[in-house]
Amino acid sequence: MVRVKLSGPLKVAAGGEAELEVEAANIHQLLTRLAELHPKMKPMLERGAAVAIDGQIYRDDWFRAIPEGSEVVILPRMVGG
Amino acid sequence: MPLDAKFDPATHHFRLVGTRPLRPDGYDKVVGRARFGADASAPGMLVGRILRSPHPHARIRAIDTARAAKLPGVKAIVTRDDFKDGDPSLKDVLVNVMARDKALYDGHAVAAVAATSASVARKALKLIRVDYEILPHVTDVDEAMKPGAPILHGDMRTENIEPAPKKASNVASRCEFGHGDPEQGFKQADVVIERRFKTEATHQGYIEPHACLASVGSDGQGELWVCTQGHYMVRNTCAALVGMDVSKLRVTASEIGGGFGGKTTVFIEPVALALSRKAGKPVKLVMSREEVFRASGPTSSASMTVKIGVTRHGRITGAHADIRFQGGAFAGSPIELGAMSAFACYDLEHVKAVGWDVVTNRPKQAAYRAPGAPMVAFAVESVLDELAHKIGMDPVELRLKNTAKEGTRSSYGPKYNRIGLAACLEAARRHPHYEAPLGPNQGRGIAAGFWFNFGGQTCVSLNVNIDGTVALAVGTPDIGGSRASMCMMAAEELGIEYDKVRAIVADTSSLGYNDISEGSRVTFSTGLATIAAARDAIGKLCARAAKIWGIAPEAVVWENGRARPAGPNAGDFAPLSLAEIAKTAAKTGGPIAGHHEVNADGAGVSFAVHLCDAEVDPETGRVTIKRYTVVQDAGKAIHPSYVEGQFQGGAAQGIGWALNEEYVYGRDGRLQNPGFLDYRIPVASDLPMIDTVIVEVPNPGHPYGVRGVGETSIVPPLAAIDKAKAGKKRR
Repeated sequence: MVRVKLSGPLKVAAGGEAELEVEAANIHQLLTRLAELHPKMKPMLERGAAVAIDGQIYRDDWFRAIPEGSEVVILPRMVGG
Repeated sequence: MPLDAKFDPATHHFRLVGTRPLRPDGYDKVVGRARFGADASAPGMLVGRILRSPHPHARIRAIDTARAAKLPGVKAIVTRDDFKDGDPSLKDVLVNVMARDKALYDGHAVAAVAATSASVARKALKLIRVDYEILPHVTDVDEAMKPGAPILHGDMRTENIEPAPKKASNVASRCEFGHGDPEQGFKQADVVIERRFKTEATHQGYIEPHACLASVGSDGQGELWVCTQGHYMVRNTCAALVGMDVSKLRVTASEIGGGFGGKTTVFIEPVALALSRKAGKPVKLVMSREEVFRASGPTSSASMTVKIGVTRHGRITGAHADIRFQGGAFAGSPIELGAMSAFACYDLEHVKAVGWDVVTNRPKQAAYRAPGAPMVAFAVESVLDELAHKIGMDPVELRLKNTAKEGTRSSYGPKYNRIGLAACLEAARRHPHYEAPLGPNQGRGIAAGFWFNFGGQTCVSLNVNIDGTVALAVGTPDIGGSRASMCMMAAEELGIEYDKVRAIVADTSSLGYNDISEGSRVTFSTGLATIAAARDAIGKLCARAAKIWGIAPEAVVWENGRARPAGPNAGDFAPLSLAEIAKTAAKTGGPIAGHHEVNADGAGVSFAVHLCDAEVDPETGRVTIKRYTVVQDAGKAIHPSYVEGQFQGGAAQGIGWALNEEYVYGRDGRLQNPGFLDYRIPVASDLPMIDTVIVEVPNPGHPYGVRGVGETSIVPPLAAIDKAKAGKKRR
């Protein structure tokens, strides 16, 4: 079970929930499960999301394992200049 | 790739990394041999020109090109009818490239011509008749949010609001970041200050205007030469917009005369391709400076309200920001980045940043160095400085008492790993600038800044030549000296001299996909890939030596540019240099090359602290920057001169933003200053020598500890300069 923190628009899409518990072993499973649980998240996640695991931000790494007990935060996809 | 334990800067001495060799592209640029976007030409080339809307907001009833088409020398005309709807995710890009039912800003493209000469093209533009129905317009972010404001898009509903609005609005979306309860925090404070700020849009101010040469043959194969920060992005986007297979479009990036984020999208490239396809000839399109200002992508303008509370002992108890960005005529301002970065420098229990993405009748914004961060840092750092003054605390001390550090939960969510803000603040306080006496009418400002930094998709190919030199192909346009840094990292790994490695930016058909050169990612991610490609090549070089010696590959190690047996049990063979192995490559298995493909993560965040002394002429109000110091964490500086150049360049652009630069719109909704005379960027004589201090707190996500450095340096200047020109002493 992964405890995931939501912020920004994703939090709104989850009905204001700031934290959710999701069964997921990697980032792809996490995003898929979140979209199933909260369909409003789906277009946002498809547009792009970053996932922070224990402080390390991953922008596109579906099969990155999520270690048990790690801190997971979902963020909007980020770009730079 | 994590930080190599052996490369801990505290203990490891690099052979080349950290030195300052000459840049490989320097000679060409000095003697004029470097080829920029507008230098491309082709036999039979036509000249392209774009007709732009003079109205900030108008319905386009009809476009009549018949008279223009009859003008001798006109070979092709394109309008909205030549660009079909396709990928929904590119709809805004398409509409920005060529207006559809409405012109949404002064300068919006409505038609384009390809002709045998520039004069014919200009005459043809005058013969195109556009029937406009002029609509009310709005260019100010606060005005655009008001009820009754002219609505740009009848189908725009504010996203992320519950319940979902039923009425159309210019507010595209809302976002919110933070944790805790700022109101509770304010109750714990001894002093609470709330201030409202506005910043105007600025342009990246790159010297080279957008330019490209497109050639599409009757077989459907296309080539494009273009100045861009990302030629793979140009290829993929243009192919989608004009309906080509990606494999049929080959894009070559020219040398680039500045980008700073402004060349991370397409403007004229799809138009040039459409014209070329229609004319059956190559078409060159070059923006004028006026077009660059009116119709490329400046940054957002901002309106912000920031409230911060502190105890008399200097602990921040609560922080709140309400941030409103207009990003031009389309959704997508960097509001989320602005809201996320607003309080990123500080360790806060109660913090919230709310952002609003607003559309106005202005050109679609594009990224500009740390998009969204300079404006919010201006607001937050200004309030912090006022608080420090109010409680009688040194401004660096206030920041140190609240600084984010390893383990701090950032205001945007994740906890930080190893970061260097405290080290930067300490270095700034130790710097002689901090204690230097000020003259009459002078003030000193200090501000901190943050940027995320990114990695991304990267592909590198490293080929060992027969004479022992190395050809390194990268796919990230060199916008800040990256070819030198890549050569250094490759040479460091291979154990050869810097000038034995030559790096090129390969075209899209020669190397796998690379993301744009943006997000301060190139030295991090292309560097990481270069190191990995060099190690891949080293493995193959060792295998060749093993073959020659008749021993197992595992029994060979690479040391100081040579393969040698790992130990006495492996055999007694004289070491083989890279050049010696390369010389016999044809007989030992063929070409030797190293490759690496990665979607790099692990770019460490970056912090900076700036010190600025400004003098205000009491009679004229003229502000002169007297002294400026940039302190920034680079993780590990590969080529310190380039790192310093990035620090100085960001500071110079920030100085321009703070003092001179702004988009000025008239009541008619038209840009009033589309040229460098009236939109004044700082020149050398406006600036002091900008001093730099490179702090090195290694990034755990890079083998050498590199952090991106290109963007953070534009974040603190607005606040630092504003404070300095306010004439307040530091204490």
